[in-house]
Amino acid sequence: MRSRGSGTRAARPLKYSTVCTALRGRNPRNQHRLYGRSRLQVAAIGYNQDMIVNGTSATPASHPTVSGAELPRLAKKRFLHDAAESVRDTDHRAFIRKALGGYYVSHNAQKSRFRDWEQARDAASLAKWSAVNRLDELLPRFVANFEANGGQVHWARDADEARTIVLDLVKAARAKAVIKSKCMTSEEIHLNAALEADGYGVVESDLGEFIQQLRGEPPYHFVFPCMHVRREEISDLFGRHLGTAPTDSPEELTMIARRHMRGLYIDADVGITGANFLVAETGQISITENEGNARLTAALPRVHIAISGFEKVVEHLDDLAVLLPMLATAGAGQPMTCYNTLYAGPRQPGEADGPEEMHLVLLDNARTAILADPEQRDSLHCIRCGACLNVCPIFKNVGGFTYGTTYQGPIGSVITPHLRGLADWNHLSGASSLCGACSDACPVRIDIHHHLLHNRRNAARTSPNALEKIGHKLFVMVARRPWLFALGGKLFRQTLPLLKALRPPLLRDWLASRDLPQAPRESFRRQWERRRPETRV
Amino acid sequence: MNGDSGGSAREVILARIKEALRVPAPPPHGIAAALRSQMGLLPATAALTTSGASAAGSASAAGSASAATALPTLTIVPEEVARPWLPDGGETPEEQLQLLVENLGKLRAVVHHAVDRTAASEYLFTIARERDWKRVAWHPHPLVDPLLGGVPCATYRVDASDFDKHALESCDAGITSCEALVAQTGSILVSSATSGGRALSILPHVHVVVATRNQIVATLADALHAMKALHAGRLPSMLSFITGPSRTGDIERILVLGAHGPKELILILVD
Repeated sequence: MRSRGSGTRAARPLKYSTVCTALRGRNPRNQHRLYGRSRLQVAAIGYNQDMIVNGTSATPASHPTVSGAELPRLAKKRFLHDAAESVRDTDHRAFIRKALGGYYVSHNAQKSRFRDWEQARDAASLAKWSAVNRLDELLPRFVANFEANGGQVHWARDADEARTIVLDLVKAARAKAVIKSKCMTSEEIHLNAALEADGYGVVESDLGEFIQQLRGEPPYHFVFPCMHVRREEISDLFGRHLGTAPTDSPEELTMIARRHMRGLYIDADVGITGANFLVAETGQISITENEGNARLTAALPRVHIAISGFEKVVEHLDDLAVLLPMLATAGAGQPMTCYNTLYAGPRQPGEADGPEEMHLVLLDNARTAILADPEQRDSLHCIRCGACLNVCPIFKNVGGFTYGTTYQGPIGSVITPHLRGLADWNHLSGASSLCGACSDACPVRIDIHHHLLHNRRNAARTSPNALEKIGHKLFVMVARRPWLFALGGKLFRQTLPLLKALRPPLLRDWLASRDLPQAPRESFRRQWERRRPETRV
Repeated sequence: MNGDSGGSAREVILARIKEALRVPAPPPHGIAAALRSQMGLLPATAALTTSGASAAGSASAAGSASAATALPTLTIVPEEVARPWLPDGGETPEEQLQLLVENLGKLRAVVHHAVDRTAASEYLFTIARERDWKRVAWHPHPLVDPLLGGVPCATYRVDASDFDKHALESCDAGITSCEALVAQTGSILVSSATSGGRALSILPHVHVVVATRNQIVATLADALHAMKALHAGRLPSMLSFITGPSRTGDIERILVLGAHGPKELILILVD
């Protein structure tokens, strides 16, 4: 909380753009672009990735150009800057609110189909709790069963290792084209940029992800990647990249993507997917989707690579009977997502089709750091439904990009400091009204808003802020001495109008959107004494 | 596969996990009190057992030393769970049929009741005519085979020996059987073993499913247990719950059917 009084308003955007230019400059020039992106768009991807990669504690060494200390500070500044910008953009806010309006209606309707939603939450949270707290036993069991099914497991300690593994697999498959279905873990490790830098064409097949890929942007929301984009923009985008005629019908736009993609599934040599659950009992991976693109991605290419964090393990196949409908209802207000598919290895003898090889990349990337914190271990229960984003007043106002993280919203604010360093990402813990809507919405009962408080506390412990420390010491001193407390109150009441008029730099941001209250004529204690003289001490 | 580095990464991660789990975590938020008072957490629905006790279906609970040092390891015993708090799946076959049809309707799938195989074949003939299908794909199966006699267009047979992705892509419809129908959610469970592989039920523009009434089960759990029992030795490489035609809401959160998978899902229920 450095003072932001001395004209940083002008300085902030300048520094921001300087770094952007610097990052753009060292983006590897991409010779194998599938869609002939403009340099700017490629740069935009590079910028986002460098921004994020440099913030990670996992791979600072591989991206040495900007010092590790400089960018995160930028991350906080960027957050404050972008949040202010987004809040000012009333059109954007109205658009997001409208887009989420339908979700609220269907979410409530589907929740009411559960005979008791709260008990279902209990069961879901217990299933995840029981699995996460026995990962040492369940993960090897899952791996053994997965391998028995004919799949191959690859362990990755961090993003760098995961990218190398996938690149080696793609190389070994002598792939010309790679098709991907939606996978947030691949966003986390910035896989697309790595594949493209090595000359492989990558196509995102999920409609929302495809639109974001063409726009050169990361996902806006980890379940609804392009919920901020208007149909006119999509029509323009498709016109530019695919040469299609303009249209304002969402249906026609969807059909354009459908027609475009069908051949690509068949031509691709490698299909990359994520995984929603890893079933220890049977060694299957479960993938949830609506569009059918993941089904096609895992059906047609010769090689199937799935990427997943190891925390997605559940013990029993039967746990999915609870988790699948809850994921659908919490995530998108559906009774079940359209395709919930369990994969047990590659094609088996006697089956008509399917990949020859199936690989699973199991990613740590600081998940063990969260696991080591028993207080916040439950944030690994997350099934990435996105319900906490949809109900969050902060998300609805600042928007998904402002967070600058792979996982946006309340859950992102909880886990990102673990993944990338608390000192640099603690500002996200403040991006909360602590209203608890996220915790209420969470189908697996993660105590999200209290974890934001825990992060604030941990940050204060590990890297105390001098100003806050002095402030608290001062308060303790005053609060212990009633006469000083009374004097302080009196002083404050009398100087309040002055504060309002002077707007000192320290309060300027706070006062920009708020007003100080009218000072009462006498203190609360005085008023109390007058009304109840007998309680006087 | 990836040699030494893979092996060591495995050891490192597993060691990190073991180390991390040495400190136990409190029970899930919001249900700690219920657990502490040792009451049944979910009255009459889920039994809480300690890791030592017999957890049906989990043979290795005792091996977890780390979590055992914490509170008793709590697991839901799946086979005994009726879960009366999930959406209803119906008690009787009639209720289940009614729920299934109702749910499929809400999902905008088409359900057609056929009294026998001849009626089913006639229906297939009608829709093929109406939609002017040029070629339909199918796979050998006792329920699918008798229907094809009536199809007024070319057919493409999908099986292990003869499979061309481009040929399948050019088909107007894919006809498959299924493993089970789930009343609770309106889901159709297909598998790579008995539903013509992976692509037949997802690549063609229309997916026609032929099933019999006795394939209806009440809940997802029932379907999953049936699969474990049926494919005891080896589960098919793919099991997929299809819940309505392919859909997306990615553009302004407006629902569009037929994103990448079938635009239409037609269920022919043979009595």
